[in-house]
Amino acid sequence: MTIAAKRTADPTGRSSPTAPRRFQLLRYRLDLKASPYLYIAPFFVLFAVFGLFPLAYTAWVSTHEWSLLSDAHVFVGLGNYQTLLGDRYFWNALGNTLSILLLATVPQLLAALLLAHLLTLRLRGQTFWRMGMLLPNVASVVAVAVIFSQLFGRDFGLVNWVLESLGAGRVDWQSGSATSHIAIAVMVAWKWTGYNALIYLAAMQSVPREVYEAAHLDGASRMQQLFHVTVPMIRPTIVFTVIVSTIYGLQIFAEPQLFGGGGPNGVTGGASRQFQTLTLYLYEHGFNRGFEFGYASAVAWTMFLVIVLVALLNYLFIRRIRSDS
Amino acid sequence: MTRADLAPAPTGAADSRWAGRTALPGRPTHRARARLRALREQPGRLVYLTLVAVLFFSGFPLYYSFVVASRDNSALAQVPPPVLPGANLVANVERVFATVPFGTALWNSVIVSASVTASVVFFSTLAGFAFAKLEFKGAKVLLVAVVATMMVPVQLGVIPLFMLMIELEWTDTLWAVIAPGLVSAFGVFFMTQYLRGALPGSLIESARMDGASTFRIFWQIVMPAARPAAVVLGVLTFLTSWNDYFWPLIVLSSPERQTVQVALSTLSGGYVTDQSLVLTGTMLATLPLLAVFALLGKYMISGIMQGAVKG
Repeated sequence: MTIAAKRTADPTGRSSPTAPRRFQLLRYRLDLKASPYLYIAPFFVLFAVFGLFPLAYTAWVSTHEWSLLSDAHVFVGLGNYQTLLGDRYFWNALGNTLSILLLATVPQLLAALLLAHLLTLRLRGQTFWRMGMLLPNVASVVAVAVIFSQLFGRDFGLVNWVLESLGAGRVDWQSGSATSHIAIAVMVAWKWTGYNALIYLAAMQSVPREVYEAAHLDGASRMQQLFHVTVPMIRPTIVFTVIVSTIYGLQIFAEPQLFGGGGPNGVTGGASRQFQTLTLYLYEHGFNRGFEFGYASAVAWTMFLVIVLVALLNYLFIRRIRSDS
Repeated sequence: MTRADLAPAPTGAADSRWAGRTALPGRPTHRARARLRALREQPGRLVYLTLVAVLFFSGFPLYYSFVVASRDNSALAQVPPPVLPGANLVANVERVFATVPFGTALWNSVIVSASVTASVVFFSTLAGFAFAKLEFKGAKVLLVAVVATMMVPVQLGVIPLFMLMIELEWTDTLWAVIAPGLVSAFGVFFMTQYLRGALPGSLIESARMDGASTFRIFWQIVMPAARPAAVVLGVLTFLTSWNDYFWPLIVLSSPERQTVQVALSTLSGGYVTDQSLVLTGTMLATLPLLAVFALLGKYMISGIMQGAVKG
């Protein structure tokens, strides 16, 4: 930039500036030096106070027996983690979360890829199709959860009615482990497929056309082009969506909570905890029973480690695919 | 999918087979290429059929919630279930307002989302301007820090955040919900990217020559130039804030403080779930967003797509 050049150029040529002139110069320099920091400060300060500090402090709280109901905060070291790892409800929640994550993310991203592929075609009414695809994303997670809980209802749900008219039996979606995971995964996928399709579409549009033409002349079908040209070329975007979906999926809360009816049944994720996720488990201990902040913090910090680990595994896995091919 | 699509890909360097190549030995003429492109991209009927199906699945759950909201509960037990709206909508809306303070909840959500949106857009533009157009030590490292924070799952800090709110005596006030949303890493990054391209350096230069202070440059040149991106960021932020649930649920307890999402969950958490009541509430909470979407959906799409390319 030329600002720096100007800064040195401006004062020269005036050998003895008068006092007000010097003051002006000082102000100018101060403005130039300090302004950038002043402008980025609100972001960093507010993020530190309400984002980073709480997250870091979680680690400290997790080493204490710390409850809202008592003023004594007893240091217990890794005691909370020990209890946590010994609690089968925790492992249950971890398993449920990973199962829902897989069921929601894999089909969703594949479908998004195919949809984006269709949207790259010369369609009439591009904006119309894109808007239609993004529509589910506008609804809140609460709305989505409430609507789909109705659709997946045992007695009066539309899904069961369709199944029954097709000759298959009714399904009690909420009571089973696999069925409840599917229902919750459908909620997540419904909300996010179109959103991810748009992200893929944006990436696909930046792939040079010549590459496709070359592939086409070599006799590649459209599907082959998708998987052998498009996918490798938009890999960074795929990595991005996989990681973002993973981080989102591991913290899933509203969908299972409201699927279970919002009350105590929602917090435990069903009568036999068949769809209790990690965030629900955290909520149960932190805010629903006795405000066990120390223990809930241990849950949060463990989740943080799980998220970092899974994101890292995803990253390595996707990189491996690249080096294999 | 045709049979050819299912055929296994030839082994070998399949992925890089075409990637590096931009032209073939016998390069086709310009006209041939244009024809080729048209042929390749002409979507068939099957494509449109697929898209219509996708659209149906996207829209149907929302439509069906409207159907349920406009009927009474006994209609749900009918075989086959109703698929057309009934005449009970007004009565159900009245029941929603009688069951929970829904008007207050809507108003609370408006206050929270509007404050958060105004703040995020302002601070993001300010920081984006600094990162994109001003020179300072550590700019690169700090921008990387911003990008990194986009991935941090801050939701996991809820417990100390809750303790902080108790300390500040902000629990059960809208402040508790607004404060953590005042800035956004995504917003800063988004604005930085936009201003890099949209703001000519010469414009800032000449303003400096005229003796304008940095803040004056920001106020009179950067803000107007940032308007298109500000609309996009504003819509996305408003939506996210309006739909936020986990934190408001934790920190807001009294009915007259609840945001609309929390009120909705209260509505659905009764002992006997009254479906038409719950879905009427859902519809009321979603309608404002659908209106925003109809008006500004185009900007949302461009925002998501821009964020994606650069993200």
